[in-house]
Amino acid sequence: MELLAQQLVNGLFIGCVYGLFAVGYTLVFGVLDLLNLAHAAVFTIGGLVGLWLVDTGGLPIWAAFPLAVLFCGVLGLLLDRVAFAPLRQRADSNFSGLISSIAMAIIFESAALGLFGARTVRFPEQTVTVHYWNVAGVFITSLQVEIVAISILLMFALTRFLAKSRVGKAIRAVAENDRTARLLGIHVDGIIASTFFISSALGEAAGVLFGLYFNALSPDMGHSIELKGLAVIILGGMGSIPGAIIGGLAFGLSEVLTVALTGTSNLRDAVAFTVLFVVLILRPSGIFGRKKLREA
Amino acid sequence: MDALHQFFAIYGSLVNFIGINSLLALSLYLTLAAGQLSLGSAAFAGIGAYTAGILTMQLGAPYLLSLAAGALLAALVGLVIGLPVLRLRGVFLAIATLSFGEVVRIAVLNINITGGAEGLVGIPNVTTTWGIYLSLAVIGYSIARLRGSRIGWCFECIREDETAAAAMGINTTYYKVLSFVLGAAVAGFAGGLYAHLTYIITPGEFGFSIAVDLLIYNIVGGIRVWYGPVLGAVLLTSLPEILRGIGVTAGPIRMAVNGLILLLVILFLPNGLVSIFERRGRRNPKGPSDAALEEA
Amino acid sequence: MLLQVKNVTRTFGGVKALDGVSLSVAEGEVHGLIGPNGAGKTTLLNVLSGIIAPSAGEVYLDAAPVHALPVHKLAAKGIARTFQNIRLFPALSCLGNVMAGQHLVAPRPYLPRLFHLPSARRQEREHRLEAMACLARVGLEAKAHFSAKALSYGERRRLEIARALASRPRLLLLDEPVAGMRKQGVDRIGRLIESLAGEGMTILLIEHNMSFVMGLSANITVLNFGRTLLTGTPDQVRRHPDVIEAYLGTGGHHA
Repeated sequence: MELLAQQLVNGLFIGCVYGLFAVGYTLVFGVLDLLNLAHAAVFTIGGLVGLWLVDTGGLPIWAAFPLAVLFCGVLGLLLDRVAFAPLRQRADSNFSGLISSIAMAIIFESAALGLFGARTVRFPEQTVTVHYWNVAGVFITSLQVEIVAISILLMFALTRFLAKSRVGKAIRAVAENDRTARLLGIHVDGIIASTFFISSALGEAAGVLFGLYFNALSPDMGHSIELKGLAVIILGGMGSIPGAIIGGLAFGLSEVLTVALTGTSNLRDAVAFTVLFVVLILRPSGIFGRKKLREA
Repeated sequence: MDALHQFFAIYGSLVNFIGINSLLALSLYLTLAAGQLSLGSAAFAGIGAYTAGILTMQLGAPYLLSLAAGALLAALVGLVIGLPVLRLRGVFLAIATLSFGEVVRIAVLNINITGGAEGLVGIPNVTTTWGIYLSLAVIGYSIARLRGSRIGWCFECIREDETAAAAMGINTTYYKVLSFVLGAAVAGFAGGLYAHLTYIITPGEFGFSIAVDLLIYNIVGGIRVWYGPVLGAVLLTSLPEILRGIGVTAGPIRMAVNGLILLLVILFLPNGLVSIFERRGRRNPKGPSDAALEEA
Repeated sequence: MLLQVKNVTRTFGGVKALDGVSLSVAEGEVHGLIGPNGAGKTTLLNVLSGIIAPSAGEVYLDAAPVHALPVHKLAAKGIARTFQNIRLFPALSCLGNVMAGQHLVAPRPYLPRLFHLPSARRQEREHRLEAMACLARVGLEAKAHFSAKALSYGERRRLEIARALASRPRLLLLDEPVAGMRKQGVDRIGRLIESLAGEGMTILLIEHNMSFVMGLSANITVLNFGRTLLTGTPDQVRRHPDVIEAYLGTGGHHA
């Protein structure tokens, strides 16, 4: 029983990080019908930049974190300017955008490799002080709590932002129908740029949190989360923020439970992808997603 | 003659890999020609490779029979998977085939007969360069002759506009599945060739990144005509060697060059590198090049 | 009767887009289908071309039931259509578009092509000639090698008709073939439809342009709120008070 509870806690925790990552993914998809495969690369760079700021820059984590988030937000703007904006007029913009994002992902990853080397690196020892608590036989670390808190805070802030702020509402309008939004006077290109900023910022946050928790960062850490992020947003429904959050949690839980039940981590991913495959066949729109993919 | 021998001594394996990659690129091309973005070619190649390898090694089957069996099994799996999956469009289809690929990879990783993570070791090294290029010539020619045939026209129509294609009497499901199965068969065959080229195959060689590579060969080369993917495969497979020749040995830089080429192509030459040649060769420089304009 | 629509109903989640619609089109007849926006014309067209199935009722082509057939099988029965939004193949030339439309009549087998057999070339020449004839039929033979993208709006509409003709259909469904066109283009397509009808083609014509429909149709069916308001000759329809009400009542009036 305790073991189960422990697994649940672990699963919820990793689910939060997945959810945070997925939210950035799904935000871009919701607004542009575009699958941005460079998101995982931003996740990686985010983690590495955060590490660099702490390690080489000597900054405390609570200063490095927002700085790194900002940096990746700008990276997102760059991504949009270079790789996506020029393609928006094309009839097959979803597809060419996808290819473009693959290209940028490769470029980003090579930059990470070049700048940080291929080895796995860790945050220095004193970055975060960790306390352990034993709650009814379940071990929880303060780091876990902090990460969950930050994730929840960010996701909550995003939801409020989208619901209440002018920019947020504009983003939702563009997601609905960009032509109408333009007619209403919304500066669509600027909104799209903002979306990329936010999405990349979130991806970065997930990267730093992920790196802090597993205490291992490498240029290819994006690979493991890339496909999982895809699975999460399909499950939750592409374009749906609540879907990404719930999907992330569900995914984290299922991962952890699969390992616990089968006793090995070999099949963990297989279960995830089989579920993904089945969801796609039966209900491609996922739990909360829109029914139709906007066609050119 | 001596120079040729020397060339082969140094570059023999590169030449072989160029041939195999060309075949694999063509396998993806078959599905792209019908407008289906399938990222499962690598998995089908893996199925073909393992089937052929196991048959030769464990059952002592003749080489050609193993190759045929590998292609056939890949085609069968393609048929079973294709029917449900091809109802999806665009990005969803890509993700579905991707997750299928991952499931295959993980399955192979965990089954005993395939040797698990250590891979299948000790496959007889019987693939020859002539064999590879003969296959490439035959398969390339067969694919080239599709253009102007009923199958070729149907693929093209489905790719341009599925709704209109159906309204013209084309059984879109049949042709989409056909493109998928043919692609799987070619990939399986190429996989079998590959397995008998090196002594060992491992699951990692048929994963997501290979699938992405194949997509890149197709995009860079151009998918409007059959030799585009081959061109892409030749160029990008030899690129690391060329770069090494001019003194660029760092891994990250080579990676960045790949990404940069892809980005430049998608931004400025969306129809791939072959569109450079096409522009010169046509009578009407502004007009399209379709099968209707050819005499034969 | 070539086409018989019997009591076709189609609901979408509680809303009846079509409610017991019936009409008949005789062989060689030009039959108009009109109605205010939202009357169900597009839905009916989609039922007739197989994109959606009726919730109730039947459709017969040449006395054979076709309402349950998928799109490509309906096309094989001899129904060809054009689209309101024009669905040409943009990457192909005009000739290419028409040749693509020959799917049902051109077997184009693969093996003879593989072996470069002369029979393949011979057949291809014949198909090409027939395709050029379709282009000539709509007056586009000069643009055969132009990209479909390079055509003007009116030319694109005509190209779609040429492509539909390539399959040698028995029934031609034209979905707003002159929408958004000026008088010259409208007249040109009007003359085209007249000459096609003169050769015995059966045509179901959906259009908002009243004088256009009235001038070409032998009979007209008026839809309103998913129901058949009236079927009659252009004169009968023009004078019927319900029809006038349906149009003026909803605030619409057409040239």
